[in-house]
Amino acid sequence: MSQRDDSDKGNSLLNPTRRQALAMAIIGAAGTLLPLGRASQSFAAMAAPPSGQVIIGLSQEPTVFNPHMPHIEVDDGIHWNVFDPLFGISPSGEFVPALATEVPTVANGGISADGLQWKVKLRSDAKWHDGRPFTAEDVKYTLELIVSPNFRSGRRAGHDLLRDITVVSPTEIHWRMEKSYAPYASILSSTFMVPKHILSVAADVNTAPFNNAPIGTGPFKWGTRVAGDHIQLKANPHYHGTQPQIDSVIFKYIPDLTVLYTQFKTGDIDVTAMQGITPDHYEEAKDLAGRTVVILPVATIESVTLNMERPQFKDPVVRQALYMAIDKKTIIDELYFGLVLPTETYMPQQSAYYNPNLPKQSFNIEAASKLLDDAGWKPGAGGIREKGGVRLSFTNSTTAGNQIREQAQQFIQQTWLAIGVEMKISNLPPAVMWGEYWVQSKFDSVIVGNNFLTGADPDTRDYFGSQSTNAKGGAGQNNSQYVNAKVDELLAQGAAIQDVAQRKAVYVQVQDLIRQDLPILPLFQYTYVRGYKSGLKGFTGNINLRIEPWNVNTWSWT
Amino acid sequence: MPNYILNRLGQSAVVLVLVSLIGFMVLNLAPGGPMSQFALNPGMSQAELDRIAEQLGLKRPLLVQYIDWFSHLFVGDWGHSFRDGRPVLSVIAGHLPATLLLMGTSTLLSIVIGTWVGVLGAVRRYSVFDTLATVGAMVALSIPTFWFGLVAIFFFSLHLGWLPAGNMYTIGDQSLGDYAIHLVLPVLVLALVNVAIWSRYMRSATLDVIDQDFVRTARAKGVPYRRVLTHHVIRNALLPMITLAGLQIPTILGGALVTETVFTWPGMGRLFLDSLGYSDYPVIMGILMFSAVLVLLGNLLADLLIGVADPRVRLA
Repeated sequence: MSQRDDSDKGNSLLNPTRRQALAMAIIGAAGTLLPLGRASQSFAAMAAPPSGQVIIGLSQEPTVFNPHMPHIEVDDGIHWNVFDPLFGISPSGEFVPALATEVPTVANGGISADGLQWKVKLRSDAKWHDGRPFTAEDVKYTLELIVSPNFRSGRRAGHDLLRDITVVSPTEIHWRMEKSYAPYASILSSTFMVPKHILSVAADVNTAPFNNAPIGTGPFKWGTRVAGDHIQLKANPHYHGTQPQIDSVIFKYIPDLTVLYTQFKTGDIDVTAMQGITPDHYEEAKDLAGRTVVILPVATIESVTLNMERPQFKDPVVRQALYMAIDKKTIIDELYFGLVLPTETYMPQQSAYYNPNLPKQSFNIEAASKLLDDAGWKPGAGGIREKGGVRLSFTNSTTAGNQIREQAQQFIQQTWLAIGVEMKISNLPPAVMWGEYWVQSKFDSVIVGNNFLTGADPDTRDYFGSQSTNAKGGAGQNNSQYVNAKVDELLAQGAAIQDVAQRKAVYVQVQDLIRQDLPILPLFQYTYVRGYKSGLKGFTGNINLRIEPWNVNTWSWT
Repeated sequence: MPNYILNRLGQSAVVLVLVSLIGFMVLNLAPGGPMSQFALNPGMSQAELDRIAEQLGLKRPLLVQYIDWFSHLFVGDWGHSFRDGRPVLSVIAGHLPATLLLMGTSTLLSIVIGTWVGVLGAVRRYSVFDTLATVGAMVALSIPTFWFGLVAIFFFSLHLGWLPAGNMYTIGDQSLGDYAIHLVLPVLVLALVNVAIWSRYMRSATLDVIDQDFVRTARAKGVPYRRVLTHHVIRNALLPMITLAGLQIPTILGGALVTETVFTWPGMGRLFLDSLGYSDYPVIMGILMFSAVLVLLGNLLADLLIGVADPRVRLA
């Protein structure tokens, strides 16, 4: 650089003295820093090139890199950086355009008033990582791939309602919905676009090399993967959106949570993503020098989910008494160190559809016992209540190995015994727990953490609709076999309306009914404890997503 | 000799088939499966889970699945991982070097040090050194590796900052020195237990030899003590060690599950644990077969070597 500098320093550019060389180097360096003074909207040519590295520690390994194949939460972290959806979702629940130029709504004509006709306009400047331009053909290909019978798709729900997908121009695509389905916008906001020119020519998409070296339009390109250890992504210099400021992102797999925390303390990793810092380490973690520890609310609700077909749970009085006999406050304060949020509903408190007026539970053994007495449940053999041949004795299961949950179980068992209810603990390893036992409603009751929503969308037909019980021949996740015709009606209504205010009125009623019927006994809303080095800017939680590294392109080191 | 080898290989083949059959059955008949990890995914239902299972070939009759898998083994197609879709052989090959490095180094170190400690303990029976070595071996054998590993990390990494808190290398810097410094703690932890085992075996084997007549004759002849030790005693004492070393081969390539988890070492042990957790059947079966082959080969090798080294042993 000092050779090419056309400064008027000295007469001998080819033989500078040490002082001249140093001066020229300083001027040259200053020259590269100038563009940082420019205002916000920076394109690759103007901004300083991305530099540096950030190491994100995860306690599970991302292994599925094709976003449409069946995968688990941790894989989302890779997808959000390598790919883009048509529009994303901000922490406050608003949709943000990504590959689309604007979010289609009824107001701007992107969605017809009846919710059936969709028109989406796309960016013209987005490029795949291999340089080819992104067009509407890619969108059509992606949406058709997801429902293609030969493709091992992870989720078809919602996409199977699309008909007549038409490419109007390289930047515009239209389609028709088979029926009005308001949650589809939320589903689309986490549907990533994959390249037609690569996948359509693959012999079998399920085993294409793309699945281990994905090419997207996202802010980071696929770098390398050392299976079992880490994945490296590199900044995409031609990204159409906010340019990444960090050049290299490493997703490091550390299976043991204690070791994850230790490496966070020593600085071997910069950020803890899932499953983060355990609640018992929070006190120590928040005082670590050079580290910032945050508590992020999550949309997952922990509840005791009841199997409504069991005779013990048919009587609503029993369910109310059971709920009243759970000391939620002690569980939250003692077992979870006060870090989780008390709640009365399946709806996260940060949602626009949250109903804040639900009756508050209070722990009252006497009142619970009286309820049962008055309803005719009298103590029988062993002090356990019974009525009409039904004994209030049943099992409760959760994943074996989750120590805090096991402690909560034992505590609930204790307080329930005080009202004459016998709860037997039967824990199972995850592979068994979430198999037929859960999906076919073979349990009596379980303690489980669920995200009942569809992204940020309040539609919960999957969990509370009577058509969603697998054990009865339906399809969904209503494994508690809950049936309430009024709830069915309200859910169908809510899913067809597009207007937020109107929908809120509907879902407030749904929350009232669920709180009344108690197919789930809500314990608390989860929070995650995450940490990062204090020099890192931009780390933000997003309650509408399952992972934290969703906006790595806005992170930077100070 | 060739007959013997052929005989042994034939037996091994039968054992391998049995192992594969039993392993396959146990894996598939155990409750739960690869679908459980998706059960709580949004939009998932029994119908969707069934569809995915069908597309993975899991709805076919077990015998059909077994024969399909087994027949493909011979052409080098060990199946594809359910998780990242890569060929099982690539997955295993990807994790082998890490395990080889860790286990190879620790085994080598523990054999060298164990031999030295064992022989010295035998030669100076009941001395202070021997007593200390015995007690030390008992303590080392009793210490759980995960505890010791965590304590070692706490002390050397968190407290003193001398050594890294795990991992095989620093990403970006993969120089020889980087690998070496990351090897120190895990090798230390692993070697501790192995040194204890080897030294006990070596001591016992040396004691057997040291009282033999030919050793006494050599000493009486005036052969220097050093030469008696190296030339006569140790050579003979090492013979049973050859068998033991052969039995160590599957461990060297099988990995140390706990140590690899505590030290974030991407080796075979952790691959096995992860695959079990996600019910990644093809990889689990692949590792099972791989270990079985290693055990059989290791035994064969040990027997052959003994036949070569020890003239008293006549192989059929």
